[in-house]
Amino acid sequence: MIREITLGQYYQADSVVHRMDPRTKLILTFGYIVSLFLFTNVYVYVCAAVFLLVAVKACKVPFRFIVRGLRTVMVLLFVTVFFNMFLIKGEPLLTVYRFTVTREGLRMAVFTSSRLVMLILGSSIMTLTTTPNNLTDGLESVLKPLKLFKAPVHEMAMMMSIALRFIPILMEETDKIMKAQLARGADFESGNLIKKAKSLVPILVPLFISAFRRANDLGMAMEARCYRGGEGRTKMKPLKYAARDYAAYIYFVIYILLIVVAGNWIPKFW
Amino acid sequence: MKLIADHVTYQYNKGTEQEIYALKDVNFVIRPGEFIGLIGHTGSGKSTLVQHLNGLLMPDAGTIYFDGEDITEKGYDKKKLRSKVGLVFQYPEHQLFEETVFADVCFGPKNMGLSRKEAELKAYEALKKVGVEEIYFDQSPFDLSGGQKRRVAIAGVLAMQPEILVLDEPTAGLDPKGRKELLERIRKLREKDGITVILVSHSMEDVAEYVDRIMVMNEGRLLYDAPTKEVFSHYKELEEIGLMAPQVTYVMRDLEEAGLPVSTEATTLTQARDEILKAFGRKM
Repeated sequence: MIREITLGQYYQADSVVHRMDPRTKLILTFGYIVSLFLFTNVYVYVCAAVFLLVAVKACKVPFRFIVRGLRTVMVLLFVTVFFNMFLIKGEPLLTVYRFTVTREGLRMAVFTSSRLVMLILGSSIMTLTTTPNNLTDGLESVLKPLKLFKAPVHEMAMMMSIALRFIPILMEETDKIMKAQLARGADFESGNLIKKAKSLVPILVPLFISAFRRANDLGMAMEARCYRGGEGRTKMKPLKYAARDYAAYIYFVIYILLIVVAGNWIPKFW
Repeated sequence: MKLIADHVTYQYNKGTEQEIYALKDVNFVIRPGEFIGLIGHTGSGKSTLVQHLNGLLMPDAGTIYFDGEDITEKGYDKKKLRSKVGLVFQYPEHQLFEETVFADVCFGPKNMGLSRKEAELKAYEALKKVGVEEIYFDQSPFDLSGGQKRRVAIAGVLAMQPEILVLDEPTAGLDPKGRKELLERIRKLREKDGITVILVSHSMEDVAEYVDRIMVMNEGRLLYDAPTKEVFSHYKELEEIGLMAPQVTYVMRDLEEAGLPVSTEATTLTQARDEILKAFGRKM
């Protein structure tokens, strides 16, 4: 019934970006997002777009998959464009009924929307090319410095990876329980909303019980193997930077230099 | 009520790259009152097959007839089918959810649209049949022992008074005493109420002891469908697909090789004992 599920939105492929260290991808994505907000200059945006296109080409994920991420922000995008175009005051370009499109408004609309689009596409590339587990690993490693401030980084990462690990198991369990109740004549489809909600009780109760049981078992198993938190713990597959990661960093630094130059010294014509 | 599978085929992950045939051209007829064992190694398609019998899964090709009607047809009343073909899943105690044992067993008959009184009567009978005593009726099902939970869960299906009872490894995880008790109860159900029973099992001993006919699944196909003795005479082929004949069959074979004139057909301990006594009687 509910067999096919894709976790997160990882897209399996063999590319440089896929093989990159998750830390590289996290840091570069973060850096890229910040870079989008540094300047409002056409040349900077062209640079950012080119940087993104290279990443899109390199990650070997079909373009339609990457663009899919935009669907969720479509409404936000339209609202932004609309408000910017009509509500910013300045030199009028075009008047329709009571609304006036101004030069400044148009400029802001183009900038903010392209900023938003590139932001979403950039982070989509990261989630599409990194498995959730790898992402958690990377996050733990990147956030390590926060330990100085007593933030439970390892624990958070552990919880995240356990949660991810359990999603498919609980999905399967739900499927099993649903079938078992169907075999006892349960009906999940007919009736009004209240009746439908009530019909979920025979699924939810066993599901929660099973989740608690599994959590208990896992806790016991971890304790039996002497798990005591992150202190002094080593990894089976430690994260390691490779040549491709350094190359990516160099590529990013060049991009940053370019936009700083473009943003500061090239005169704005718009 | 006859149950007929006609060229049943089923695929998992249809339309994707990981297409797997779970069932391939499966045919059989189940007649009223039969006690059938369904065996096969893990992943051979047993569980997929039993889910077809009450319409939880629909075949991709082929049809299933229950009582002369095609259950794959649109508009066929599946709820009614599910009360006639009772399916007890593996570890059925994981489906318990009500506050009391009695209320949980009432769930099935209530879903059939019976009145409260009728449902309670059916539940009472079913609990008695599986040997759950009245002192447990008002307890939470979660406070019971594993074996008792299992019985309550089976009662939950029995309360719908199915004509065919399908049990997917009902004895998994039970101790030897619990196993024997449960299987004896099932045997009695069949003898007294005339229920048709299909037992999915990994234990060749259990199968040999209780069923009359065995269906062997391998890689989605029905490899054998014959009386118990006949199927176990193919023990070499069974071994090739990761199964075995009951232990006694091997003992009898060794005895025959050692020169004792016994028939190697024995599949249960009682049969073996009689054979050996007969052999010695003849000799002495």
